[in-house]
Amino acid sequence: MNTSLRPAPPADAHREQRQKDVVAALREVLPREAILFRHEDTVPYECDALTAYRASPMVVVLPETEAQVAAVLKICHQMTVPIVARGAGTGLSGGAMPHRSGVILSLSKFNKILNIDPASCTAIVQCGVRNLAISEAASGYGLYYAPDPSSQIACTIGGNVAENSGGVHCLKYGLTLHNVLRVRGFMVTVSPWNSAPEALDAAGLDLLPIIIGSEGMLAVTTEVTVKLIPKPQSARCIMASFDDIESAGAAVASVIAHGIIPAGLEMMDRAMTAAVDAFVHADYDLSAAAILLCESDGTPAEVAEEIARMEQVLSAAGASRIEVSRDEAQRLKFWSGRKNAFPASGSISPDYMCMDSTIPRKRLAEMLRAIQQMEIKYNLRCANVFHAGDGNLHPLILFDAADADQMRRCELFGADILETSVRLGGTVTGEHGVGIEKLNSMCVQFSAAERAQFLALKQAFDPLELLNPGKVIPTLHRCAEYGKMHVHRGMLPFPELPRF
Amino acid sequence: MSAQDPVLARLVDQVNSARSRRAPLDIRGGGSKTFYGEAAVGEPLDVTGLSGITSYEPTELVVTVRTGTRLDDLEAALEAHGQCLAFEPPRFAPGGTVGGMVAAGLSGPARASAGSVRDHVLGVTLLNGRGEILTFGGQVAKNVAGYDVSRLMAGSLGILGVICEVSLKVLPVSPSTATLRFDCDEAQASANFRDWASQPLPINATAWHEGGLYVRLAGARAAVAAACTRLGGAQLAPEQAKSWWSSVRDHSAEFFAIGAAGLARGESLWRLSVPATAAALKLPGQQFMEWGGAQRWWKTLADAGQVRSAAARVGGHATLIRGADKSNGVFAPLSEVSMRIHRGLKQAFDPLRLFNRGRLYAGL
Repeated sequence: MNTSLRPAPPADAHREQRQKDVVAALREVLPREAILFRHEDTVPYECDALTAYRASPMVVVLPETEAQVAAVLKICHQMTVPIVARGAGTGLSGGAMPHRSGVILSLSKFNKILNIDPASCTAIVQCGVRNLAISEAASGYGLYYAPDPSSQIACTIGGNVAENSGGVHCLKYGLTLHNVLRVRGFMVTVSPWNSAPEALDAAGLDLLPIIIGSEGMLAVTTEVTVKLIPKPQSARCIMASFDDIESAGAAVASVIAHGIIPAGLEMMDRAMTAAVDAFVHADYDLSAAAILLCESDGTPAEVAEEIARMEQVLSAAGASRIEVSRDEAQRLKFWSGRKNAFPASGSISPDYMCMDSTIPRKRLAEMLRAIQQMEIKYNLRCANVFHAGDGNLHPLILFDAADADQMRRCELFGADILETSVRLGGTVTGEHGVGIEKLNSMCVQFSAAERAQFLALKQAFDPLELLNPGKVIPTLHRCAEYGKMHVHRGMLPFPELPRF
Repeated sequence: MSAQDPVLARLVDQVNSARSRRAPLDIRGGGSKTFYGEAAVGEPLDVTGLSGITSYEPTELVVTVRTGTRLDDLEAALEAHGQCLAFEPPRFAPGGTVGGMVAAGLSGPARASAGSVRDHVLGVTLLNGRGEILTFGGQVAKNVAGYDVSRLMAGSLGILGVICEVSLKVLPVSPSTATLRFDCDEAQASANFRDWASQPLPINATAWHEGGLYVRLAGARAAVAAACTRLGGAQLAPEQAKSWWSSVRDHSAEFFAIGAAGLARGESLWRLSVPATAAALKLPGQQFMEWGGAQRWWKTLADAGQVRSAAARVGGHATLIRGADKSNGVFAPLSEVSMRIHRGLKQAFDPLRLFNRGRLYAGL
């Protein structure tokens, strides 16, 4: 999507005065170059990777030390200025989209790996350290950090904590939550805070699962202790082709039914393999209706044993072709296609909207059929890539954001996928977060009482609602309005109201 | 789970009645862990009527179960399909329930490798202090819609509400296991734990007690066989290994009991949760180490202050498990910030402080 400079939004006298006051206060605690507020300087912060939704922040700050973060929070708290923390801005749900009257707390300078301890298999890193940089730094000790979101070359561990990020290997190795021992940071009231000691559990309520995945709504994270695990000695990947998506979906269930937990189990439909193969030449079987990538890792003997069992199960499930990676180069090639699914989609369409719902595995084929019907209904194409082992779907709806009607149809298409997922017993977001993108869908998944409980929980951490306001949990009012909109799908009342 | 369910409807009525009278409620399952935590107060709220497996499809690796269900019934149902609760929850006594397992948040020998109860909770249906039935999380492994309330319930000791139904991630039983025993002292055991942790070995559980180091391997046949050859040691017969690990998991091993004489002397059993690589703790008494050194049980005459500071010095915390004197608190005191969050959470879920009042900390 076009990120070039656009004209500054119309000035508003009140906002201008407020901006002056906040900048003046921040200058007391931060060097001048760590404060951005001119429109041309703040443009890069207007959105995260959900580029269709933008807002101009009032101020952007780039602190370098925890003391500076504390000082910024103190000022924001005193002046009741909303705070939106930001890592690398690779989030896909608008979680880091600025608040027009708020401060973007960019933590990109917190990029130091503080300690790698091979004895305890842990790493202590600042929140702005890139996901892949942790594994690179640990590599010399034969260790790595397991969660590997596709954006791992760019996304930060702080962002991973905010979203409880997964990746292609989380079926076997777990999500961010399962691989983080401790987070440290600040409450919005500036109290330094940490989740636990570096033991496996803490006294009292376990706050770590509440903080992880809270999308910057509860606290500001500055430091993370992660678990490192030994690199598997070897890994091999099977590419299995299927002539129809039903058998591919059934094969996924069959692998699990046979007691196998693959290191990765991914599915792509033909639209996706075609796009990807043109983009990175991953040697995919382009004649297949769907392919599965099924990986085994461990000792060479373990992998040989498991690959043989997987081949047997996949054949019995009706695979029309099975190819086992013959060497590391080919294995990486298989994965390069999967990991480039998003950019590949960007290369065949001006824009794409990535959905992220999760459904029970057994409903995969049913869901794909429903998506095919939606392509006709909304007259837009959709390429599908799934973390099939987890039932986590990433349908990529292809559209052109410059065309308002396509944009509108794309939003309806996306909402339809999410609501279908909830109906099939799933959830609206598996790993990308709610952000602003899925606020309306939260009205469908949760009752008014459940949403009220979420809002009450936030109060325990952030009574003034300064952290990332307006994200994740929709207000009762918004859901009421969405309920009304729903009746007249396609003909939204009050089109002038912002709805993200 | 529907509010029309007659058992649930009765519980809601009882909660609403308690609300109108502001009467505290003592949530009761099978009673296998009544010894754990601070003293219970209030009218009993019996949840054992909420029993039965709601749904279980082995290919989804998820079971949804009403929380009054007996843990042994759940485990038998999973075993029939070659699956298990990988975190090995302790079953201190027969009759313990799934709800008690989640609320206590305790995990067994495999915790360091397989994760904790919390890690396996996918969703809950909760009856909160406003008498509302709420569902969070779900039946899928990846779910970040809203705050992860369901996992907050693990270890909450019921102070946030009645956990009515829970969805848990289940896993296939490993195709192969083997337990090896080594004779060594604590220092050597710690060194071995450290060495092994950084190697790609299929280690599922470790323990050390009185000169005996035990390691359980679990995984693919080839991997377990290769690790046995590589590590050496004496291999336990399968039945012997099974009963030995059960005795650790369920605290039926002699070490974990405190007899009348021990109580009279003022002996207590403490659980110290510390970084795995923490140096040896200097406390009087006997130690039983698990989780590669991250969980250290101490049976000791030392007072609470001494035990707590030993844990805190190495960055951990200590919980009083068994012993007569709870006057210094069962759980390690919280920092002021953390206590403020705890109070806020209690307020958010149970504003009238009905549920399990004081069971975790005074004032909650």
